[in-house]
Amino acid sequence: MPLECLKCVQIVRERIDVPGFVNKMKCPDDGAVVVFEGVVRNNSRGRRTLFLDYEAYEEMAITQMNDLIEKVFSQFAIREVVIVHRIGRLQIGETSVAVIVASAHRAAAFDACRWLIDSLKQTVPIWKKEYFEDGAVWAPGEPFPAEILRPRDLPSQKPASN
Amino acid sequence: MQVRVLFFGVLKDLAGQSSDSLTLPEHATLGDVLAHYQMRIASFGNLSASLALSVNQQYAAPETELHAGDEIAFLPPVSGGLS
Repeated sequence: MPLECLKCVQIVRERIDVPGFVNKMKCPDDGAVVVFEGVVRNNSRGRRTLFLDYEAYEEMAITQMNDLIEKVFSQFAIREVVIVHRIGRLQIGETSVAVIVASAHRAAAFDACRWLIDSLKQTVPIWKKEYFEDGAVWAPGEPFPAEILRPRDLPSQKPASN
Repeated sequence: MQVRVLFFGVLKDLAGQSSDSLTLPEHATLGDVLAHYQMRIASFGNLSASLALSVNQQYAAPETELHAGDEIAFLPPVSGGLS
């Protein structure tokens, strides 16, 4: 991971300034910047959505996103990545997650961006509750990958520090 | 030994709380904690096959042995939406 990638991963509670991140990231070595924005849609499974509430297991979500950052650099020829996830109440049309990838060439940027958002939605502990006129439901998700349900390496058995 | 248990997403609604404190015997495992809540919370059992478990913010297997002060979480599948 590049040393300058200091704030690659963030969880925020306010509007995500995507153009601001893109402007900060750009550098003359880049031939491509790919931006993915996950946006709150106005409907879900035939029901009209009023708004969404996102919640996260924050410390673990940051750890898991940092893990994705390490993996993406080892798999794709990219220069920099930013992932920002917003939590709290989001309205229709607002951006809940932004994944921005800069690289010399576009193929790696597209592929890395796709890989990141698909992986994020399987492994990063963030959930959304969808509110409709006639009720609310926690949005279902894809099954966890096998390596999460049955990790091969048990976590190092260090006790918590208190 | 005392451990802290966190519930997220739909589990929080089912448990009626976002966190709990549990006293366990030495050598208790994550699986023991899961079984404890399966007995006490309606519908928890139906969901447990799809849940991920974590100890101190790392995904962990049910056989994981716990220690005093550990933070355990029950994690429903991440809300992905249709790709």
